[in-house]
Amino acid sequence: MQELLRRFSYLFRSTKGLILTAIALVSLQTALFGMLSGPMADWGIKDIVVRIFGMRLVEMEREGRIIILYHSIAMVVVAIETYMITSLLPMKDQLRIMINSTITVGYLAVLFGGLPFAYWGHNWAFHGIYIAGLALIFFAGCMLAVALFPWQEAYKVTDKQYAHTKAGYSMERIAFFAMAITTLASALFGAVPGSYYGNGFQTFLAENVVREPHKSALDLAVIGHLHIMLALIAIACTLIIGRWMDFKGILHKLAMPLMIVGSIVLSMGTWLVVPFEEIAHFIIYGGSTLAMLAALFLVIFSWRKLIREGLARKGLVKGNLFQSIAALVSDPLKFGATWQMVFMNFTVSGVGIFVAVKLDEIFRIWQFMDERSILTGHWHILATLTATILLMYYADLAGLKGKVRQWFGWCLILFSDLAFAAVTVYEMRRLFVEESVQQPLNNTTTLLGDIGLGAVLLILAALMGWRLVDLFKKRGRWSSEIHHRLNETEVEE
Amino acid sequence: MKKIALILIALIFVLTACQPVDLDAPAPVFDTGIDPNAWKTIPAGEFLAGQFNEEVLIDYDYEMMVTLVTNAQYAEYLNAALADGVIKIVDDQVMGYYPGDEFHGGRHEERIDAGDYLHVPLKNPALRLTFDGTTFSAKPTWANHPMTMVSWFGAKAYCEYYGWRLPTELEWEKAARGVDGRPFPWGDTIARNNANFLSSRDPFEDMRTFGSRTTPVGFYNGMSYNGYQTLDSASPYGLYDMAGNVWQWTADIYAGQHYRYLRGGSKDVYENALRVWKRNNATPTYVSPAAGFRCAR
Repeated sequence: MQELLRRFSYLFRSTKGLILTAIALVSLQTALFGMLSGPMADWGIKDIVVRIFGMRLVEMEREGRIIILYHSIAMVVVAIETYMITSLLPMKDQLRIMINSTITVGYLAVLFGGLPFAYWGHNWAFHGIYIAGLALIFFAGCMLAVALFPWQEAYKVTDKQYAHTKAGYSMERIAFFAMAITTLASALFGAVPGSYYGNGFQTFLAENVVREPHKSALDLAVIGHLHIMLALIAIACTLIIGRWMDFKGILHKLAMPLMIVGSIVLSMGTWLVVPFEEIAHFIIYGGSTLAMLAALFLVIFSWRKLIREGLARKGLVKGNLFQSIAALVSDPLKFGATWQMVFMNFTVSGVGIFVAVKLDEIFRIWQFMDERSILTGHWHILATLTATILLMYYADLAGLKGKVRQWFGWCLILFSDLAFAAVTVYEMRRLFVEESVQQPLNNTTTLLGDIGLGAVLLILAALMGWRLVDLFKKRGRWSSEIHHRLNETEVEE
Repeated sequence: MKKIALILIALIFVLTACQPVDLDAPAPVFDTGIDPNAWKTIPAGEFLAGQFNEEVLIDYDYEMMVTLVTNAQYAEYLNAALADGVIKIVDDQVMGYYPGDEFHGGRHEERIDAGDYLHVPLKNPALRLTFDGTTFSAKPTWANHPMTMVSWFGAKAYCEYYGWRLPTELEWEKAARGVDGRPFPWGDTIARNNANFLSSRDPFEDMRTFGSRTTPVGFYNGMSYNGYQTLDSASPYGLYDMAGNVWQWTADIYAGQHYRYLRGGSKDVYENALRVWKRNNATPTYVSPAAGFRCAR
């Protein structure tokens, strides 16, 4: 019993355990519900899954089901980011415990209330649990904002290499705080129309109404909500990775103000979509440019650092081009986290800008279903790419070393990018092939996408399996991780 | 060695993606026994429209074609209309006059002024018709398949030539689902042999090569074709192919947009897009191997 309690304490009270639990649950969720669509449906696996698990899929409610599924996945990711933030940034222990426990109960309620409600009939008690879970997560967010409040004497920077105000307050903490506040406001921005449309199950997916010339204020709020929430999750991820890389120096001082202003302007732009749709887009472009510039500074900083450290491990101070590249990629987890940010420009930002610029000239000539496939692919890639970055950080926290670290890191980078590239070509296929002769391209991109995503899920399963086995060991890694904090550097090669 | 193998595999994938598609690959020929000249009456009354079953009244009886317009029917029309001077051939395209739409200056709205517009592109290899300079014919294998590669203008012109019209979206939906709010024309759930959709495994499909192709109109009527057993998938009013096979142009022109709407899903989309309330849209000159139409009167 004592041993069980210790493991429970690790999984639900320690930072690394909480992250592990959340990743394990979201992996299971993705594996199960991923079998209900796309090629899995083609191959008849969906029918088997539905039969085995006794799911009740009502056609009219498909969009509502998917919205609950998306929220269930997103809430786990938000919880993972929160655990990372509460552990990385100094704050009062009492607040840290309250935030972590509240958000844990919250996302578990979302999962175990929302999914049964959506996929196994309409027991409204489950819907209540789902809503209660969302409310708890929101409340945890409020507490996080309080805990992160940057204008406190105790949290002034002591090392002047980190961005700070004249009075010494940490700009990075302000960036985390701005992200938390704008996330809370943006959550409300979705909650209002969500309450309206959810009451009676009159739900819709934003990509389905993109060509509607007249959208109601609530429609626009839903569209704004999903865009800003994904963007803010990505911004939180960037800030977290910045901490992991120990982002500092001149680039840090340039990046943090950009990130703060970018988060606020971007959020305001999406909120302004409701009253001033046309102008709002320009504000969104402005805000996202600032945030992306900040991310670029992080990439430059971390690549320089990786090169410097990689060369130092070989006893070099300076290297030629090849030595520098070898040093840069020598740790695939640390390189991968920022490489994925660069790759995002090819598969998400670049595509998005191209579509926006050529909208009337190219994309609105196509049938709506083709434009819709770009929209859907676009944000699925953004969400999954962000998840791979967080996964790289977790793999580092989990203690992957040596060859396993190399294999895990490179497989994650190569297979996920293969999948994202294939999906990008698939969604834009009308640029390359006529509709009547698209099948070979469809087959190839679908296959490559499936290989990529399948491999990512396999290596994720291997990581989870390793950690599961570890839990059965009396003195496994978990026993030493119980008291680990993420801002404590482990020096181990 | 391992690297070479990996490069070779990657090359094979890329080359596979570029392989040509034989649009005239052999296809079986089946007589479905459904008369493409038949019409059914949809009686006046309320029905449940849209995904959330809003009550809507259509206060008049109307008729809809039992099947989609076939390639044979459209070829026959083109010959008659060309002889009458209603349509003309310009740069290997069938063109026809359209009086234009009122422009409202809507966001992304394009002007549709009076003038000649594309009905059918004659040189497109996906077209199932032939034209020898004077006469149109349906390619024999595809004669009883739905007419595709036809624009909204071409669909409208066909119906109007015979004194009919395209159905409105609401007329189309009522004809598809009847009055009980069902999501598919035949009921609540969909099986692979209910309709022609993506990877539905019908005898005309080969996903390894040319992909999904059209099925003859009225194919899903409960008959067995060389061992392929279909389910009788008519709508409550006896209309066939109201889900899958090809998207169907509808008549409505909405203020502030130039898009025309299509209903019914097609051979190229997953089954969820075959739910009767799902809408697709495109510019009225859009042509596709997965878009056709039927008329109302």
